[in-house]
Amino acid sequence: MEVEPDLEQEQVPEGSRRPATPWITIVWNDPVNLMSYVTYVFQKHFGYSKKKAEKLMMEVHEDGRSVVSSGSREEMERDVQAMHEYGLWATLQKQE
Amino acid sequence: MSGFTRHRRSKQVIATFTGFEADLLRSLASQLVELLRNEAAAPVESTDPLEAMLDFDGPTQAPDDPVLARLFPSAYHGDEEASSEFRRFTEGGLRDGKSRAACTIIDDLEEAGLPPLLEEDGLMIDVELDEDAAHTWMRSFTDLRLALATRLGIEDGDEDYWMQLPDDDPRAQAHDIYEWVGYLQETLVLALQR
Repeated sequence: MEVEPDLEQEQVPEGSRRPATPWITIVWNDPVNLMSYVTYVFQKHFGYSKKKAEKLMMEVHEDGRSVVSSGSREEMERDVQAMHEYGLWATLQKQE
Repeated sequence: MSGFTRHRRSKQVIATFTGFEADLLRSLASQLVELLRNEAAAPVESTDPLEAMLDFDGPTQAPDDPVLARLFPSAYHGDEEASSEFRRFTEGGLRDGKSRAACTIIDDLEEAGLPPLLEEDGLMIDVELDEDAAHTWMRSFTDLRLALATRLGIEDGDEDYWMQLPDDDPRAQAHDIYEWVGYLQETLVLALQR
């Protein structure tokens, strides 16, 4: 699901490529979602290892936010939509 | 009250509810469905079926109801135009998905023997879910908890406040239900990882 070829990027001539990952998905802390559930969602949706999913979950929990994925704007919109499906509070933005 | 476990041989995710508990879950899920369907997802409702089918326009404004606003947050911070556009294309589908998930809980409970009107004492409801259904229940529990938490005004680190409320305070009772659904979800996440 997450490995669709990036057709757009293939068509850009060599040397003039935009940065590979200009957009990011951020998940924000909320007082409701369980730590176990957030970890599970990161594993399930992004296919992350339990260790990576737990690290991201702890960032959300302790820092209030975590960058959970990066890629094209379209990909990030799909990730944000999926996070909202799971009830997580997510936004996307250009990488700073 | 024992929450969900995974059956060792069948791999089904199982739980046993009292009639009262099952009835309470059904009532929470029904209220969520009603809320999701009540405030129209599309700004204009058409009575002409063809016109309705051709109307692909979704909402562009964040919902008024605070629960719905939490279930469908803005996707872009500080970019209203992009948020509106995103909302227009996603909110309808998200609403349907959440509503269908809550309906799955209701249907599964009734299939497991919960009567339309609970009158009998001592009724026990055994729920058996396959992986997909368990996943759907887990997601919907989040929606139920977000809805309860938004209505209650739950905040980080406010446990003491809820603990000191007198038992007969309706908010304390609602908070107990919120905690209970959290417990159910926790056991469901664990069961799905077995």
